[in-house]
Amino acid sequence: MIIMRAIDRKLMRDLWQMKSQAVAIALVVMCGVGTYVMFLTAQHSMRTTQDIYYRDYRFAQVFAQLKRAPESLRGRIQSVAGVDQVETRVTAQVRLDMPDFAEPVSALMVSVSESGRMGLNALHLREGRQPSRADEVVVSTPFAQAHALQPGDSFDAILNGRRQKLTLVGTALSPEFIQQMRPGSAFPDYKRYGVMWMGQQALGNAYDMQGAFNDLALSLRAGADAESVIDRIDELLKPYGGLGAYDRRDQRSNRFLNQELNQLGTLASLFPILFMGIAAFLLNVVIGRMVAMQREQIATLKAFGYGNLEVLWHYLKMVSVITGLGVVSGTVLGVWLAIKLSSIYMEIYHFPYLKFTLQPGTVLDAAAISLLAAGAGTVLAVWRAASLRPAEAMRPEMPARFHETGLEKLGIKRWLSQPARMIVRNIRRHALKSLLSMLGIAMACGIILTGLFQRDTVGYMVNVHFGMAQREDISVTFTDPTAYRARFDLQSLPGVRHVEVFRVVPVRLRHGHLSYRTGIRGVEPGGDIQRLLDTDLRQVDMPEEGLLLTDFLARLLDVKVGDRVLVEILEGSRPVREATVTGLVREYTGVSSYMNLETLNRFMHEGPTLSGAYLSVDSGQLQQLYVRLKGMPRIAGVAERVQEIRNFNRMMNETMLFFTYVATVFSIIIAFGVIYNSARIALTERGRELASLRVLGFTRTEISYILLGELGILTLLAIPLGLWLGEWMCYYIAHSMQTDLFRVPVVLMPRTYAFAALVVLVSAVVSGLAVRRRLDQLDLIAVLKTAE
Amino acid sequence: MTYPERGTDARLMFEARSLTKIYQMGEVEVQALRGVDLDLYAGEFVVLLGPSGSGKSTLLNILGGLDTPTGGTVRYDGHDLILDDDASMTQYRRTHVGFVFQFYNLIPSLTARENVALVTEIAENPMTPEEALALVGLVPRLDHFPTQMSGGEQQRVAIARAVAKRPQVLLCDEPTGALDAETGVMVLDVLARVNRELGTTTVVITHNAVIAAMADRVVYFGDGQVVRVACNADKKSAMELHW
Repeated sequence: MIIMRAIDRKLMRDLWQMKSQAVAIALVVMCGVGTYVMFLTAQHSMRTTQDIYYRDYRFAQVFAQLKRAPESLRGRIQSVAGVDQVETRVTAQVRLDMPDFAEPVSALMVSVSESGRMGLNALHLREGRQPSRADEVVVSTPFAQAHALQPGDSFDAILNGRRQKLTLVGTALSPEFIQQMRPGSAFPDYKRYGVMWMGQQALGNAYDMQGAFNDLALSLRAGADAESVIDRIDELLKPYGGLGAYDRRDQRSNRFLNQELNQLGTLASLFPILFMGIAAFLLNVVIGRMVAMQREQIATLKAFGYGNLEVLWHYLKMVSVITGLGVVSGTVLGVWLAIKLSSIYMEIYHFPYLKFTLQPGTVLDAAAISLLAAGAGTVLAVWRAASLRPAEAMRPEMPARFHETGLEKLGIKRWLSQPARMIVRNIRRHALKSLLSMLGIAMACGIILTGLFQRDTVGYMVNVHFGMAQREDISVTFTDPTAYRARFDLQSLPGVRHVEVFRVVPVRLRHGHLSYRTGIRGVEPGGDIQRLLDTDLRQVDMPEEGLLLTDFLARLLDVKVGDRVLVEILEGSRPVREATVTGLVREYTGVSSYMNLETLNRFMHEGPTLSGAYLSVDSGQLQQLYVRLKGMPRIAGVAERVQEIRNFNRMMNETMLFFTYVATVFSIIIAFGVIYNSARIALTERGRELASLRVLGFTRTEISYILLGELGILTLLAIPLGLWLGEWMCYYIAHSMQTDLFRVPVVLMPRTYAFAALVVLVSAVVSGLAVRRRLDQLDLIAVLKTAE
Repeated sequence: MTYPERGTDARLMFEARSLTKIYQMGEVEVQALRGVDLDLYAGEFVVLLGPSGSGKSTLLNILGGLDTPTGGTVRYDGHDLILDDDASMTQYRRTHVGFVFQFYNLIPSLTARENVALVTEIAENPMTPEEALALVGLVPRLDHFPTQMSGGEQQRVAIARAVAKRPQVLLCDEPTGALDAETGVMVLDVLARVNRELGTTTVVITHNAVIAAMADRVVYFGDGQVVRVACNADKKSAMELHW
């Protein structure tokens, strides 16, 4: 049998004695550590998975699209300094006619070598094999899943205007298309848009690209400068209708994925800091007060010759046990949540595998932060108690110096009963302690908002984006820029009530040394379906001249209204123009710029030309309309607004709802932990005084009123402060999460404030009841018999 | 002023000179000691007698290294006590001094045996907790927690805890103050036995004049000063005391 030292037995028994408080503290630590471990582990795992996936499947580093270039150019591309592997491909946007699906479906068709050679952007075949015959295709796994396709199934596609039957021979994933989104859409919709791969020969034949290519992917030698390679490639491709080579960084799927992972990274740094910070603060305050109450025992230990360090070590051990409990449970919980979160991401991104890694450093950091916070609180409190002469520490604490509070001096005094005066004076007397308690409760209240605001915000974003700005029923995009008369063709289709057309031109906007690749959208003035909104969400009229920028883009480019920007058009003859920014518009998703349609056409030296149209449609005739649209070969894709909203919500729900849920549950636990501990500590600190009052004839209710009244006042003061703090935390999170993919406005519904306040109130009431039960058991005789 | 002293052959344990102590109690200053000179000898049983607030406890706390004087010096066993050095005072308390307090100050989460062990574990040449508790007649109560014992029993545990390290000095601040007469006598009897059998210099503070009868010497305290010192020609045993 191991003989435990008496002082360690004291430790164990004291811990057992205060178990409910210890558990409440450990829970707070658990939430802090849990968030920390969850976010950092999930983020690290996703990053590792992404890196390994990119490496194993040779994701290219430079990409370029062009009109058409002969294979013979390949040699010259290969000889550009810094270029390692070269992959020339044919790609095409094709229309599909899925047998199970009434609406038009479009896909990006990408060529792969018929020989089965896998170069850059290799496919990860989930099922079947690579295409070898002209009518064979491999489709992306999520598209196959959305349409329940299996190897052997076939469907019709319109390749270069010709209808052709294609047979599916495999399903695959590609590092190049982790995010598969129709151009112009911010969310994947696997039922209506997919990626598929076809033999190079077959696709080349279909698009008159025998011995030619219109898509280029490169890998670079180690240490090569991507910018200079890109410049060189641009020169080479210029005569062949090059649309501007770009770095992996700007590759659509990669960029979207990075943004999402960066966002996860932002959350991974914000939430843990917030939660750990608050948990650490509370731990510090609670532990400090807990140790301070052991003042007399500390003095006794010292009287018998225990040194300050021994006493400190004793309490550090006690606190470490509690904190350790939180760290261990938090780590377990965090890992479990990280696995959950990673699997959500796996589902969204369809990675072929997950490299889940728990870094020991993450756990050690979390443990270190928790132990340090707890340790600091302990050291401070023990030091304060131990630095007193034991004789002094054993004496009852000096009656505190009380004063009439300012409030009372104002004349409110006569309305305050004696107990009420005790409450007010106590808060005033222990101003710092009261302030810290209040701050603790307020922070707990505040973080509840951080969990909930995202839900409110998403609802608001949908409302603004789809309710006020994008009001079309259906949007249609053409395969190529199309003459203006297509508008009248659309107008004459069944069920179409109103048509608004647009032109989209890929551009690079430059302002000083800042540049950004985006599109200019030419719109008709006075549009009713697509409305541009200013920063106050009022409709903006499209001016005759000049460029409107999304406010976020203006910030990226450091542009103000009235500034001139350089517009490099990445299409056709690629003219470079200047334009004046005449206004800013507010959009929560994407980074667009807008111009008057006619002005844009003039800008491009083209006649009235369109890229697509928005339709307002009689919903009764939707099915007929789809049938007609399916028959129009120039239409590349059709998007239904209802569907877009659904896609948007789904994407938000998949990721955000998880955070929201975890953050909310954790913040509720923290709120409860804090309030319960505040109440328990107050009880211990004030136990004697309250028991003395009972001896004087106060009833249980009266002393409860004194103790819980104080807690109540602090809670009530903490709630508005907490809501205000929470708002700031939300602003901070929203600000940190801004990407060009989307910006999150801070919208907090009244019910969210109410919920946060309610959680705090309920925690206070439950804690109050728990303490009330203990108040009923106060030992009155002991008070009379013993000193402090 | 000279005091009657015990035989000059006895070793001088404490030499307090010109001790003063001023407390800041909130907004008032309290002068607890106003220049105390006092010698205490090895093995004697001394009672400090005086009304509340006369400065007895303050003197005891200073002698025991629990408090620092505002002025003056204390020599212990021929050495100056460095009263304002925490580490050396901790060492001093650990090795030389045992305390008994009015309210026992037992650690509530430890049993009788463990409360004693708390001290024996850090002492150099201690008794076992069982021996110490046998000395105060509490063997049957070894594994009881403080709340399971009467006040007298708790105070005896506190005495066992104080003497288990075989201290040279045992300082008791109102050891019977919270006890009824019968129990008080029992506790005093234990103190006398410890003093007799272990030769521990024992100082007992009380405001109960009856207890003075069992002392070798009685030091009368009043208003922060030693008023007079008396030797007991024939001291009584604790059992003969009544109040």
